Amino acid sequence: MAQLTTTPLAHPVGHDAHNGHDPHLAHHFDTMEQQYRSNKTGMWVFLATEILMFGGLFCAYSVYRHNHPEVFAFAHEALDRKWGAINTIVLITSSLTMAWAVRAAQMNQRKLLSFLLALTILGGAGFMVIKSVEYKTKWEHHLFPGRLNVYNKEYKGEAKPYADLLALKNGDEEAAMGGDEVHEAPTAAAIAVPPEYVDPNAGGPDAAKIRANFAVVPGLSDKANEHLEEHLTLSSLNDLDRSRINAFFSVYFLMTGLHGIHVLIGMGLITWLFFRSLRNEFSSKYFAPVDLVGLYWHIVDVIWIFLFPLLYLIH
Amino acid sequence: MTAISTPLPHDLPHDGHGHGDNYLTHGKGLMSWLFTLDHKRIGLMYMTVVLGAFALGGAFAVALRTHLLWPHQDLTAQQAELYNNMFTLHGAVMVFMFIIPAIPAVLGNFILPLQLGAKDVAFPRLNLLSFHIYCIGGLFFVYVLLSGVVHAATGGQVTFPGGFGLDTGWTFYAPYSTSKASGSVTAAVLGAFMLGFSSILTGLNFIATIHSLRPKGMTWFRMPLLLWSLYATSIIQILATPVLAITLLLLVAERTLGIGIFDSSLGGDPVLMQHFFWFYSHPAVYIMILPAMGVISEIITAHSRKHIFGYTFVAMSSVGIAMLSFFVWGHHMFVSGQSPMAGAIFSLLTFLVALPSAVKVFNWLGTLYKGDIHLTTPMLYVLGFLLLFSIGGLTGLPLAAINVDVHLHDTYFVIAHFHYVAMGSMLFAFLGGMYHWWPKMFGKMYNDNAGRVAAVLIFIGFNLTFFPQFIAGTHGMPRRYASYPPEFQIYHVLSTFGAYTMTTGLVIVLLNWVHSLARGKKAPANPWGANTLEWHTSSPPPHDNFKVTPEVGDPYDMSGWVYDQATEGWVLSDEPRAATSHH
Amino acid sequence: MSHATAQHHEEHSIAHPVPLWLLFAVFGALLVLTVITVAVASFDFGDLNIWVALGIAVIKVGLVALFFMHLRWDAPFNGVIMICSFLFVALFIGITILDSHEYAPNYVPPAPIVAH
Repeated sequence: MAQLTTTPLAHPVGHDAHNGHDPHLAHHFDTMEQQYRSNKTGMWVFLATEILMFGGLFCAYSVYRHNHPEVFAFAHEALDRKWGAINTIVLITSSLTMAWAVRAAQMNQRKLLSFLLALTILGGAGFMVIKSVEYKTKWEHHLFPGRLNVYNKEYKGEAKPYADLLALKNGDEEAAMGGDEVHEAPTAAAIAVPPEYVDPNAGGPDAAKIRANFAVVPGLSDKANEHLEEHLTLSSLNDLDRSRINAFFSVYFLMTGLHGIHVLIGMGLITWLFFRSLRNEFSSKYFAPVDLVGLYWHIVDVIWIFLFPLLYLIH
Repeated sequence: MTAISTPLPHDLPHDGHGHGDNYLTHGKGLMSWLFTLDHKRIGLMYMTVVLGAFALGGAFAVALRTHLLWPHQDLTAQQAELYNNMFTLHGAVMVFMFIIPAIPAVLGNFILPLQLGAKDVAFPRLNLLSFHIYCIGGLFFVYVLLSGVVHAATGGQVTFPGGFGLDTGWTFYAPYSTSKASGSVTAAVLGAFMLGFSSILTGLNFIATIHSLRPKGMTWFRMPLLLWSLYATSIIQILATPVLAITLLLLVAERTLGIGIFDSSLGGDPVLMQHFFWFYSHPAVYIMILPAMGVISEIITAHSRKHIFGYTFVAMSSVGIAMLSFFVWGHHMFVSGQSPMAGAIFSLLTFLVALPSAVKVFNWLGTLYKGDIHLTTPMLYVLGFLLLFSIGGLTGLPLAAINVDVHLHDTYFVIAHFHYVAMGSMLFAFLGGMYHWWPKMFGKMYNDNAGRVAAVLIFIGFNLTFFPQFIAGTHGMPRRYASYPPEFQIYHVLSTFGAYTMTTGLVIVLLNWVHSLARGKKAPANPWGANTLEWHTSSPPPHDNFKVTPEVGDPYDMSGWVYDQATEGWVLSDEPRAATSHH
Repeated sequence: MSHATAQHHEEHSIAHPVPLWLLFAVFGALLVLTVITVAVASFDFGDLNIWVALGIAVIKVGLVALFFMHLRWDAPFNGVIMICSFLFVALFIGITILDSHEYAPNYVPPAPIVAH
């Protein structure tokens, strides 16, 4: 991030390189105000790129959830909404301390500034600790992304797919596995094609090879919304849905993982600010770095505010 | 014409740097370049690497075209593998390392602050970082791609650490790229990720600069049109490139972890991957063309000594293109499994996006009309652009119509279409811009006759290369094929000889430039008599861009300049400026 | 705002310190809205479920953006940047969902997952 340090970097000192008034003023800006406004706009543009990047992940989430709501309703039971809610509160609190820190910088409250920055870092750390606890649980239950996930087609491990993720979360391993029958894929007899379905491949050369793609398990219609408030188990899902279960966990880990990386980066930046604040580098005349890093930290919070209900609170 | 000599900025007394100190001489040694914060030096460094990328991609194009002189009906698997690696390298290097960065990072970096009368861009260190990221990503990218070519060329004998090659085409569609593609998709994709970041940082810089460093008197509608086009380009870079970033990350995760988002065998959705990819890559082509349009506006006014016709329309159409470009990405997916409903929506919107581009073409023609046209080298490239962009744009329309696209998709028609807009238009504008600003950047003039000969050769060669491809495409010649039925040979032969002609022209351009650097005549501050602010300072500019803060006026009002025979350049006249009446 | 010298005023004109009571009020509102978010999840509004959740999230994000991120007092363009970025995300998601919904019936599924 440019224009955040005061020391010019390898900056050729020309005859008029600095206006002389303020050591923080870069030579190509006329006033501190112009520089500050420019930095702010630059930071907001950067935040826009972050929003678009996470937006891509939200798109993957939305597409899968829209087309397979029953998969998400089933799989999200593995997430513990208690920890999700606590993490939300932790991040919101750290946003408060960060915004307060900016105010403290603007008001020359130097000790308070350092203290609040430290609190913000602690908030971030608390968030990551809770996140690690959640991830550890997933790891133990073989629900990690990709080939490490028990629901993935290429899973090579010993564990079996859970029939009941809510029971798993509640610690009831027996109930989680369910009986043997839930592990069977629905048999051909159970797959019924709805009467109104017209097979586009009928009579074609590959008709025999292409299976009817409306595999309907009795009790769960294609528009599964009306059944979603029931507690879903693996037996409620047809085989197309079962192939998608690992997509939920992939999306979960990608979204929370990328978010977690951003939290760590934010913590690093705030730590840098913290040490600078201990050296009394910030004042009412120069607080832009605190302000700009604050904006970054708030965006990290904003993303989590969207993540939490979408991942943890699915009906 | 009386020669009124006014003290030129670089003649004014200045304090003790030595006469003729400019940004090129300010600070010596490699480190003063590699770690410079001067946007002009960064622009030149970009120029070197971007031209290098063009040479690499171009060399492979010539190799491909040479291969295609014969039908190769007896193609071996190894030859096919080599061919796949080669066209992937050509496309990937050209798209990510040449066309997207060329005008913004080279000409934009150099000229944008000058046109604002500013001393630098808003974030000089970010600018340098952008360049370094480009270099690292580019090296990475080229290593992976080249190693694949060598590996395939030697039949698998030579292997490289870190993976080798990409044979998916530059579009790396899933599921091929997530499962079967040989070589290191992961490494190549990470290289592209880095190159994307370089692009984002440049766009970020330009937006902030245009917002905060405009001088007094330069309202939005008094900005030069190059700045409007760079601003519109930057909007696209900011909003679209992050989606590419996440697509690439997802691709890497898919390949390494098997997350099952795009790979159908794992329950994923390959059409979704195309949505992700094209949401960036379609706006990306407007990242390629918008700066070119800005350059054309600058050259066409200066070299016909006429105010731009319809300034507001040209400015607004840049932003209009930028916005509309986000609504049409599905026209790349008509036959990929996209639903007909989405196809219809995208088709309609694609027809709409042609409109702002047409607005520009008409405004440029209006500018030329009754202008004092000088057929200089830059102007020849502009005239070439006008024809080639029209052809390129018009041939986009059959592709926008779903029923026709079903037959033309993935044929040579598509290749010809995008080469007309990417090469015939963007490259021509880039070369024209290089020539137009060459005196400003280097303080040297070039041999205009050689420049013009080269321009004509490139124009002829280009049309000979790509026009037959339209016809081959309508006859069914598929793209990315290493062999073909003998009845297509005539098109390929014509095309290849066109490529050789074009290459000759490009070599002449290079020699022209080298000769100018070595022995070119000293350039005046304003060889063309244009009024945008970069011409108000010396050629080349001093380190801080302006010794005297220039006065901001209408950027296309050239009436205040008179020709000075002594310097063979234009100087500001002492007389009051004539009222602008060139609308 | 106790140090209102001319120099400070230059920055404070765009970046005045947010009053402490306002920061805490926004914080309080965010906590309440979080509680509501969780509470609302136990009701079923059918198709509207996700819109209710998103709506509350948008209100929370609005509060963070306006007050914590200072947009309430900032140059309007910065707010435009943020809104535009969300609009484009919405465009991307919207059309992709529309399309994937339409082609979903054509999707030929892979072979079923067998547990062992």
